[in-house]
Amino acid sequence: MSELFTETAIVATLAAMLRLAMPLLLAGLGEMYGQRSGVLNLGVEGVMLLGGFFAYWTTLSTDSPWLGLLAGLAVGLIMGLLNGVISVTLQAQQGISGIGVFLFGLGLSDLLFQKIVGTPRLIDPLAQIEIPLLSRIPVIGDFAFNQRSIVYIAFLLVPLSMWALNKTTFGLNIRAVGENPAAADSLGVSVARTRYATLAIGGVLAGAAGAGLVLTTGSFQQNFTAGLGFIAIALVYFGAWRPIGVMLGALLFGFIQALVFQLKALELIPVSQQDLYNMAPALITILALVAVSQRFQAPTALTKPFSRGG
Amino acid sequence: MTSRTSASGRLQRTLIPVIAVVAALALGAIMLLALGANPLTGYWAMIKGAFGSGNGLIETALKATPLMLVGVGITIAFRANVINIGGEGQMILGAIFTTGLVLLLPDMSGFILIPLVILAGLLGGALWGAIPGALKAYFGVSEILSTIMLNLVAAQLMNYLLRGPFIDPNSNELGAIPQTERLSEGADLPILIGSRLHAGPLIAILAAIAAYVLLWRTTAGYRLRAVGLNPDAARYGGMPVKRSIVLALTFSGALAGLAGALLVFGSESHRFVTDGSAAGFTGSAGFNGIVTALFGALHPLWTIPSSFLFGGLLVGANSLQRAVQVPQALIVALNGLVVVFVVSSDWIRQRLGLVEAHQPEGNDDEVEAVEVVP
Repeated sequence: MSELFTETAIVATLAAMLRLAMPLLLAGLGEMYGQRSGVLNLGVEGVMLLGGFFAYWTTLSTDSPWLGLLAGLAVGLIMGLLNGVISVTLQAQQGISGIGVFLFGLGLSDLLFQKIVGTPRLIDPLAQIEIPLLSRIPVIGDFAFNQRSIVYIAFLLVPLSMWALNKTTFGLNIRAVGENPAAADSLGVSVARTRYATLAIGGVLAGAAGAGLVLTTGSFQQNFTAGLGFIAIALVYFGAWRPIGVMLGALLFGFIQALVFQLKALELIPVSQQDLYNMAPALITILALVAVSQRFQAPTALTKPFSRGG
Repeated sequence: MTSRTSASGRLQRTLIPVIAVVAALALGAIMLLALGANPLTGYWAMIKGAFGSGNGLIETALKATPLMLVGVGITIAFRANVINIGGEGQMILGAIFTTGLVLLLPDMSGFILIPLVILAGLLGGALWGAIPGALKAYFGVSEILSTIMLNLVAAQLMNYLLRGPFIDPNSNELGAIPQTERLSEGADLPILIGSRLHAGPLIAILAAIAAYVLLWRTTAGYRLRAVGLNPDAARYGGMPVKRSIVLALTFSGALAGLAGALLVFGSESHRFVTDGSAAGFTGSAGFNGIVTALFGALHPLWTIPSSFLFGGLLVGANSLQRAVQVPQALIVALNGLVVVFVVSSDWIRQRLGLVEAHQPEGNDDEVEAVEVVP
């Protein structure tokens, strides 16, 4: 066990924690916007897969991971707006339509990869950026300030989201539409437009999450998200619909995954039991949902389509 | 209410899923064109592959079996206003229970073993359905999220067992395919026609009929539907709402578990095998069952033909791949579109003045009926 507590192992584990928290944080924050406005988007995983594929393919063709990231964001935006058509305009039942979006993304990303790319090739990942000065702090500097750019972006979105939700008119509108759409509507806030906006943000961030995954590992494979998008949705419940809560949840899950990785790398887990340890994130998600389910109040209008004159 | 019982209401309920599939296939044709393939050649190959020969039909029936069982299970849950997205995990648990049992009783004769196999499959799935049911009823945990998480847990449990305790003792430990040995012949499903068509499709059809009887001819089924239509009224009427929710997910899971068991013992290799992912064993039937349930208008009997159609799509996807070199993943994407179109179509019906009010079936994770005025 002592191998786990050497400085190298601790720095590696904590650095991996931040890296692995990144996709959950991006997707979770995006999902949070939608849910705060009253829309449950279960299609996150599908959008992540599509965003990831287009980021991969663009980077493969242009050798520019930044263009790849941009492609991931663009695909996310398109999917977010389509989700607006489905959930807001067509008022589809959100619990099921999201599964449709997931299957669509799962199938299409796999189809395009097989048809256009074929054999897996590695791409250039986003560069690692050492933050001047801060990276020289012992230990902390080593794991926190020597990350890939997308990781910093994900964490910077937390204070930005807190500000946007709590200090801006847009944020007030989101909360009003999620709690009492009829009242918001009577005060002249467009429920539909607000929800389209939050779903667009959610789509962009889900695309970023998928792109972020691909652009840190440098590879794409069928269903590479392996349930992360769904865990991100659970994190929003776990995080009580608040940016800080989502971040803490993402860090916890990042840490669990990083710890399992590290234990495997140090051969502290027998190979035969690794699959059992891989259950940890999903099992802990369930326990966390049980723990928080009766403590935090979901947005009142969550999953309820709105139409005037009801 | 009137729209559900009247003849025109029934027609719409049948027509809308059909239109959704046609629309999805049309978009699929555009995708095929974009990929440089001829959609007519592709679709024709698909139809011929699935329904154009005796062998094709047999394969279609075999592919339809898990879709039917999962789809009927999802229908039962839906009727109680709960959404079961845990078909994948429930199938896996059914397979685990039943494989474990057969490994324990290798020399048992088929007369006893086959009923036990069916029972163990039902039981494994029932357990994996009851857990999210209880979590929803007693802790208020969204069943959508808990069933998805249990899918992930089940997949890892399967990997652990197939790489460890269940592994084929004849394979060398490192890098071997995660699979069991050839399981006891006593547990082989009886063959009905030729060399491939086993009793699985028949069992699935009987299960669909049983589900129909359960929902419309028993008190438990009546309660289940009452809870689904209006939980508050059901509660005032003295019905056990929480127990009905648990029961619905238990039944739902049991049928998916049976699907998993039949998948193992009806397979050509007679082994429980995966590629390390849930879909590697289930072929994503746990998700595709959602499509057959929706296409079957959430009615157990309509789910039978619906499953044959989608089973055919899966079989035909093979032929499509050979004819126009477009990967079978196209079908997964099209299934997703069908789901989206079916659940989006309520709005269109309302706009056309076809229904008076929104049907409160399976609205969301909060059990609550929503009235929408057109």
